[in-house]
Amino acid sequence: MKNQVFMLVFTLLVFQPLLFAQSKGMVSIKGSRYIPLYGRDSTVVEVNNFEIDIYPVTNADYVNFVKKYPRWQKSKVIKLFADASYLSNWKSDLELKDSEKPDSPVTYISWFAAKDYCECQGKRLPTVDEWEYVAMSDETTKDARNKASYNQQILAWYEAPRSNENKIGQHQKNVWGVHDLHGLVWEWTLDFNSVLITGESRKDVDKDSNLFCGSAALNATDLMNYAAFMRYAIRGSLKAKYSMKNLGFRCVKDINDKINENL
Amino acid sequence: MKRPHFLLWFSIAAMLFLTSCMDKEEKVYDNPADIPVFREMNAELTSPPFVPRPAGKRKAKKLIVKMEILEKEGELTDGVRYMYWTFGGTVPGSFIRTREGDEVEFHLQNHPNNKLPHNIDLHAVTGPGGGAESSFVAPGHEKVFSFKTINPGLYVYHCATAPVGMHIANGMYGLILVEPEGGLPEVDREYYIMQGDFYTKGANGERGLQPFDMQKAVDEKADYVVFNGKVGALTGDNAITAKVGETIRLFVGNGGPGLVSSFHVIGEIFDRVHVEGGNLINENVQTTLIPAGGAAMIEFRVDVPGTFILVDHSIFRAFNKGALGMLKVEGEKDKKIYSGEIRDDIYLPEGPGIQSMPTTDEIVASEVPAKSFEEQMEFGKQAYMQTCFACHQAEGQGVPNAFPPLAKSDYLNADVDRAIGIVLHGKTGEITVNGNKYNSVMTRQMLSSDEIANVLTYVYNSWENSKKVVTKAMVEKVKNSK
Repeated sequence: MKNQVFMLVFTLLVFQPLLFAQSKGMVSIKGSRYIPLYGRDSTVVEVNNFEIDIYPVTNADYVNFVKKYPRWQKSKVIKLFADASYLSNWKSDLELKDSEKPDSPVTYISWFAAKDYCECQGKRLPTVDEWEYVAMSDETTKDARNKASYNQQILAWYEAPRSNENKIGQHQKNVWGVHDLHGLVWEWTLDFNSVLITGESRKDVDKDSNLFCGSAALNATDLMNYAAFMRYAIRGSLKAKYSMKNLGFRCVKDINDKINENL
Repeated sequence: MKRPHFLLWFSIAAMLFLTSCMDKEEKVYDNPADIPVFREMNAELTSPPFVPRPAGKRKAKKLIVKMEILEKEGELTDGVRYMYWTFGGTVPGSFIRTREGDEVEFHLQNHPNNKLPHNIDLHAVTGPGGGAESSFVAPGHEKVFSFKTINPGLYVYHCATAPVGMHIANGMYGLILVEPEGGLPEVDREYYIMQGDFYTKGANGERGLQPFDMQKAVDEKADYVVFNGKVGALTGDNAITAKVGETIRLFVGNGGPGLVSSFHVIGEIFDRVHVEGGNLINENVQTTLIPAGGAAMIEFRVDVPGTFILVDHSIFRAFNKGALGMLKVEGEKDKKIYSGEIRDDIYLPEGPGIQSMPTTDEIVASEVPAKSFEEQMEFGKQAYMQTCFACHQAEGQGVPNAFPPLAKSDYLNADVDRAIGIVLHGKTGEITVNGNKYNSVMTRQMLSSDEIANVLTYVYNSWENSKKVVTKAMVEKVKNSK
């Protein structure tokens, strides 16, 4: 047993350079434990190592995707998987409207579409906990949530209209090397509605109480993190087929898969 | 004594007559929830300060309300922009008028350009969340729910999405009226006024687009306390109006989020107040308390002409933070009720002296100095409207016998250093301006050198004055030569 452990450590050390050979367009995130604003129990959650896209998926990326996977073209998409707003800033199945920029984040995307996009790239959508973990950093600190400047910058976005029409990469990258988690668009997460729907019937009856009025405050861990409140609120308002002007996505990849590949 | 008796008998007779009529045509329902509805109609929604037509005399209906949520930039006061979140594009949101027994089908529409999800909690709703749990709506979507109005009264509605305080602080509140069967007593005019407090990153008056400041909001330290969403929404040309002899009903709400309003109209006594918007009626009220998230219906007859000032009588809010409106009443004077000024005598128990505001802080210079003549004029006008306007008036005409004119003023144009000195140090005693004598007091003004230069430049370059440009250096020179 001891030997095996030793072997594993040895292998890991030897293959370390390979392990950190990142996928194109992604950076590695070293997992840890932290306390999110809302957890299933409002306590510590654990995030494993993973890779995350440096930028949100762009219009240009998505054009390529629908060329390859026609089932996600505007006219062919199954209505159950995307509402009427799906790609409503496109003029045809394969073309954006002239006013849209290829390197703006893709929006008007349903959760089903975002999830399938990631899976077709061998990736997946981030969980809320993963997304929040990476997004709680600023340029210099992994957990900047108690800095006034961090909150102010994010809140300023709510006052900037039409930011979804901006290009990716114009905001300073955070300490992990990830751009645009704040300040451009909201992003889909794999379990976007998990805070509301717990899966436990008694709690589900009460699900409405989580995010408005007093009970929102009762369950939260940090009442001053208004920006985070808003993210949880927007997630709670969504259904998986919704497609919105200010909602895009990016993908992540588990690093464990990589270990297996390398081994 | 005779009159009340007559009135009493008359109303009893009228009531008998009315009830006997109703007995024939309509059943009286003990439980308003049982009132049946006839037909559908679209609700008339109005922007403040206006209210829709009375609804109490019509039959209960299925009333369709379509309320659109818009996040949009607007002006909080001169030169200060703010990103408002609104019901129907205004702060407060559109006025909804219903009657007891209406079945309201509420459509809450969140504009696709909005960034945030919203919902609505109507205090007139009996049900969990006041509708909030059924109306949580993402941008680009519409939620529909319905409710029966079973309690007459004036109610606040507001957004209840987390963070609730911020949604309210940004302007997401309004009023919904449920009239009792048969309606409210008829009046000549009705207006819609709602107080709200605003918390901005910059201090009161700091120019530019001001973001919401959550720390100040948590501390309940408001930078602005205003009626109808902005400073000046009810003053000057926006004042509400009436004629002598008319009866006025004000639907007054308080959105908060933080402060309770001591609502008062200077120079009027409220004949009747529906306390907290409910059935309890109080008479002869000077100031009525309106809780955050509460409302009151206020009725009074205007007997004399003039401008009546609406304030939150927590009075610094009125004069320093914006909670000030105007009711302009036109018509014949009634000297029996109010004489007007009869005599003006000098009374100086402690000897003449310059009055000044107590000050502890150095005056902070304006953060954005004017870069050009145009900017001096622009900033100067803002300072004028905040500081000088009350006495010297909008066109510099002053007030006869009280405050000297600045327009075409020989006294002003004769000596610029003297003018600077007066703004800096105040002025008391008799002066002659354009041939008329004035004897009153101007306090020293709490303005920085930059601001004095701007405001005087504005005054000198307006209303046919001598077009002098006053610089900061000129102000400093006078200041230091004291």
